Amino acid sequence: MLSPRALVLRAPGTNCDHETAHAFERAGAIARRVHVRALAEKPALLDDVQVLCIPGGFSYGDDIASGRIFALELALRLGDAMRRFRDRGGLVLGICNGFQVLLQTGLLLADTEGRPRAALAHNRSGRFIDRWVRLEVRGQKCPFLQGLDAPFDLPIAHGEGRFVARSRSDLDAFDAAGQLVLRYAADPAGCSTNPNGAEADVAGACDETGRVFGLMPHPERFIDATQHPAWSGRIDGAAAGAGLAVFANAVKTVS
Amino acid sequence: MLWEVDVHPTDVAADHAARALVAGAAELGIAGCAQARTVAGWLIEGNLSHADVERLATRLLADPVTESFTIAEVGDPVLVAGPADLPLAVHVLPRAGVTDPAGQSAHEALALLGVQPVAVRSVRKYWLPALPRADAERLAWKLLASEAIHDVVIGPLALTTLAGGRPWTFAQETVRLEGLDDPALAALSRDRCLALSPRELAAVRDHYRTLGREPREIELETIAQTWSEHCCHKTLGSPVDHDGPAGTVRFDNLLKETVFAATRQIRERLGPRDWCVSVFRDNSGVVRFDGDHDICVKVETHNHPSAIEPYGGAATGLGGVIRDVLGTGLGAKPIANLDVFCVGAPDTPDADLPPGVIHPRRLLAGVVAGVRDYGNRMGIPTIAGAVAFDPGYLCNPLVFCGTVGIMPRNSADAAVQPGDLVVVAGGRTGRDGIHGATFSSIELSSASETQSGGSVQIGHAIHEKTLSDFILEASRQNLFHAITDCGAGGLSSAVGEMGATLGATVDLDTVPLKYEGLSATEVWISEAQERMVLAVDPADWEKLARAAADEGVEATAIGTFTGSGTLLLRWQGRTAGELDCHFLHEGRPKQRLQSRFVPPAVEPIRWKTATGDLGATLLDLLALPDVASKEWIIRQYDHEVQGCSVVKPLVGPGAGPADGTVIRGVLGRGRGIVLGVGLRHRLGARDPYQMAAGAIVEAIANVVAAGADPDRIALLDNFCWGDTRRPESLGTLVEACRACHDMALEFLAPFVSGKDSLNNVFSWTDAAGKHHELSIPPTLLATALGQLDDVKRALTPDLKRAGDRLAIVGLSRDELAGSQLELAGYVAGGPVPRVDAAACRAVFRAIAAAGRDGLLASCHDCSDGGLLAAVAEMAVAGGLGATLDLDAVPADMAIAPAARPLALAFTETPGRFVCAVPAPAADRFSAAMEGVPWAWIGEVHAAPVLTVGAAGATTTLPLDRLARAWRAERSAG
Repeated sequence: MLSPRALVLRAPGTNCDHETAHAFERAGAIARRVHVRALAEKPALLDDVQVLCIPGGFSYGDDIASGRIFALELALRLGDAMRRFRDRGGLVLGICNGFQVLLQTGLLLADTEGRPRAALAHNRSGRFIDRWVRLEVRGQKCPFLQGLDAPFDLPIAHGEGRFVARSRSDLDAFDAAGQLVLRYAADPAGCSTNPNGAEADVAGACDETGRVFGLMPHPERFIDATQHPAWSGRIDGAAAGAGLAVFANAVKTVS
Repeated sequence: MLWEVDVHPTDVAADHAARALVAGAAELGIAGCAQARTVAGWLIEGNLSHADVERLATRLLADPVTESFTIAEVGDPVLVAGPADLPLAVHVLPRAGVTDPAGQSAHEALALLGVQPVAVRSVRKYWLPALPRADAERLAWKLLASEAIHDVVIGPLALTTLAGGRPWTFAQETVRLEGLDDPALAALSRDRCLALSPRELAAVRDHYRTLGREPREIELETIAQTWSEHCCHKTLGSPVDHDGPAGTVRFDNLLKETVFAATRQIRERLGPRDWCVSVFRDNSGVVRFDGDHDICVKVETHNHPSAIEPYGGAATGLGGVIRDVLGTGLGAKPIANLDVFCVGAPDTPDADLPPGVIHPRRLLAGVVAGVRDYGNRMGIPTIAGAVAFDPGYLCNPLVFCGTVGIMPRNSADAAVQPGDLVVVAGGRTGRDGIHGATFSSIELSSASETQSGGSVQIGHAIHEKTLSDFILEASRQNLFHAITDCGAGGLSSAVGEMGATLGATVDLDTVPLKYEGLSATEVWISEAQERMVLAVDPADWEKLARAAADEGVEATAIGTFTGSGTLLLRWQGRTAGELDCHFLHEGRPKQRLQSRFVPPAVEPIRWKTATGDLGATLLDLLALPDVASKEWIIRQYDHEVQGCSVVKPLVGPGAGPADGTVIRGVLGRGRGIVLGVGLRHRLGARDPYQMAAGAIVEAIANVVAAGADPDRIALLDNFCWGDTRRPESLGTLVEACRACHDMALEFLAPFVSGKDSLNNVFSWTDAAGKHHELSIPPTLLATALGQLDDVKRALTPDLKRAGDRLAIVGLSRDELAGSQLELAGYVAGGPVPRVDAAACRAVFRAIAAAGRDGLLASCHDCSDGGLLAAVAEMAVAGGLGATLDLDAVPADMAIAPAARPLALAFTETPGRFVCAVPAPAADRFSAAMEGVPWAWIGEVHAAPVLTVGAAGATTTLPLDRLARAWRAERSAG
């Protein structure tokens, strides 16, 4: 059977596209990096892929706000194509900047008119932070997270990652629908690893179908044990990292 | 019409900038500023209706969930009607002509919504309580704005337009040199900011006399840029007569006969096993990596611009060194950054700051933010670095930025062909950074902040990111013959260097501009950022232009490399300047320099405390700024992007400091690159040779501690010195060069690239009219680029398992001058730590062999704070305790017995390591250490306590106290 195909969509300033494509390939997909200009010229490029991924970076410099310009461009030029892609069963993954983009395009956690019901605001500390966090999966809704039953570690690296719902009732509704699928958990010493003050410790969320998933942590940065900050002498350097499961699940789901 | 859109956070608690402002005001002693609000403002000029602007605000400028906005025409009172109790509006906006990345991005994005404004500029607005105007101004200039790049407006904005500049009308200015005596030539150089000596100007005059004319302004500027210290190692490349401890030595070219010579000898000695590829000739040094890749590395300084505008200076310093790597050979991919900062003491009282000098804490926060915002946006991990604090850096902080790159084998050589097009790609040219090359060669003074504002550039990282994406794609398609970056000196240096033998014709009026009004000379010497110059075969031009357009990059053919040997500059077809390439590159008169070095007398060692309280001393030392955790800095840098990270700057469950950091060279492959730095500036004034030798050994020790192969270490030198026009100061530089030569040969570690920054002297006149001068300590930053076969063999310092045995490798001596123990006031004087190169070499080999054989659970180099600080860091990083017996440490010490425990614990003798060895490997470890001084000194324990025995007494410290002392953050930011 043919390997599934993943399209890694990049914009000016996207900078995690190479390692994200590499992670998909390690998981058994054929991954292609495509510039948003090229996709806007030829939306049919989406027709023969099963996974669309918007990777991390600083699209258009994030100069106005994270992901703002890229999201506007997608909504204006590729909104219909992306909705069609989702509706025919495609998987959409947004990592870090990609999560910020998905929320603002109206593809994830939006109201019926496409207006965002959640945002990723500046970290509570007001600073960019690079550190590792512990995560746990809630529920079974999201195909990307199947089998990740025990708490696991991934790195985060962002200045704007604090999950904020439009209102308390929006947050409760997402929670009740099982869409707040990935949460920051406590470390072994019992301290919260929520790095940014996110509401309800939300690190990642999916849409009603589970097939559109965004997260602030970087699964592509933990596909090898050697990427963990405490691997040396503790984990076999040849082992896989927990993040590889996200890509392997995508491949399994569409195969 | 000029509109303003003000974007407010709806959740006041999320207004971090306001919180920082209130805290900063309290620190400045400004009363009555207990609250504030901030606003992100946008000025938009164009023929737009209110509805148009509202659409822009809704769709683009404000977040519907977390923000609200106000729209009005500039001048409307609603824009200065603040929230309750906050009536005072303070606006901070980039000065006209200064790069405004946010404004540019917004301008470009508005096109998506079908709107074409004339101009967009970002403005930050602060709502403050009703402060006295003087307080508001002080607060604005101290906390919110930088004089070099910002305008501050208190109260309503009075702007009516953002547009500026009219096209320049061609004019030619000649500069009269005939008939000027030396003082007049010196004055001319100073007035025009040329940084040329009278002797050099006389050579220019003589050259133009043979041509029967005076030089044109643009020609003189080109010569000044090309002959600047920044561009041509003027001092280090000079003939020098040196009077030193080893007698009188004559050098015809100091750098060639020391640093370069060592590399040449090493390459000759290695013969067919030579692994250098391209050294000291391209924008970075290139060495072999694996079967199909080479790697390259460069470290630059950006000291003077950072002293004046820390954020912009550091960001553009990093941007520049990244372009050096992109501009190496046929283009290399940047894969890691490093940054090292040397700043004044963090507790310097404000009253002690000379005029125009930025406080070290604010400066450090600024340079960190600059590296963060630029490096993170570029998607290059910042994986290594250091911060050193010393009063000598108060007025002349040092900002080192380095980049490692990777490139396919056989792409290190590039050659311009006659007929190639001169193509400029990337950002547009503005008035930014005029005279940066010559400015960096002139010493700073208290007036620099106002005089040299034009030489400060602001970076726009995203332009460099797209430029980088374009260049790597064009390189992959083989679409250019040669490439170099537009750094200091701008087009004049880039085109001048590339066409150094061929010559070129350049049509300066075709260079794309940010705004109208630049003269031909300004276009030619502007240091606008994010530009590179390529030599392109006309047959490839269409493909290259297409590749640029695909990435949204502007590429313009502005001329041709001719083969005429002349640099011809034109404006709308008319000759603006004409230079003979041979004179430009070979015509600089060299001057034989005199240097002298008399070693200062060694003062006898004086103990200031008779106590041997190891615990209290350790806690003191861990909290010293040089030793204390740099986590507040490291966590602001993305050190994991690109996915190749193996040993991070913070390692282990307790996030302790790594020595060298390790990345994979290529995703998914096992071969690793190790990066480490060394800095021993405290020895600089006492013994510059040992300062340099110690820095080199520290850099090598750092990479060896991480598992690097000692036979594959490349070195870089960055010399930062005071006024080397004085023979005594030049003498210390010569001593450091001699050390570089000797150490490179001792360790068979070739220098592959380097850079110098001289004249780091600051002068000012105090209120009483007294003249002062402050020079930096002689400082060599050594950088080591190591390699290891298999990253799974990488080593880290964190303790791993209870029961592992602890060993020290290398001999300890009682040479305490310049140590942290001295800095903390326990001891003074005595000899400086000397490098015993043969002993260090044996230790490095023993450690590498043990690591290769899998005998080491942990390995840490003993550096600042000596053995005990090293073990404390290993314990904190691993979350495990240890027992130590200092009496077992192999030592050569003649010190009084009462002081011996302190000396054993904290001496900083170079070339020592602490290793944790799994008990079953103990015998094999002993065998591997054959021939080097070493001893078992303790064991790892699960109990989180460090227990140290010495001279019959025992000291016990809980791990959390060590961690708290080490994490005593003294950060600004």
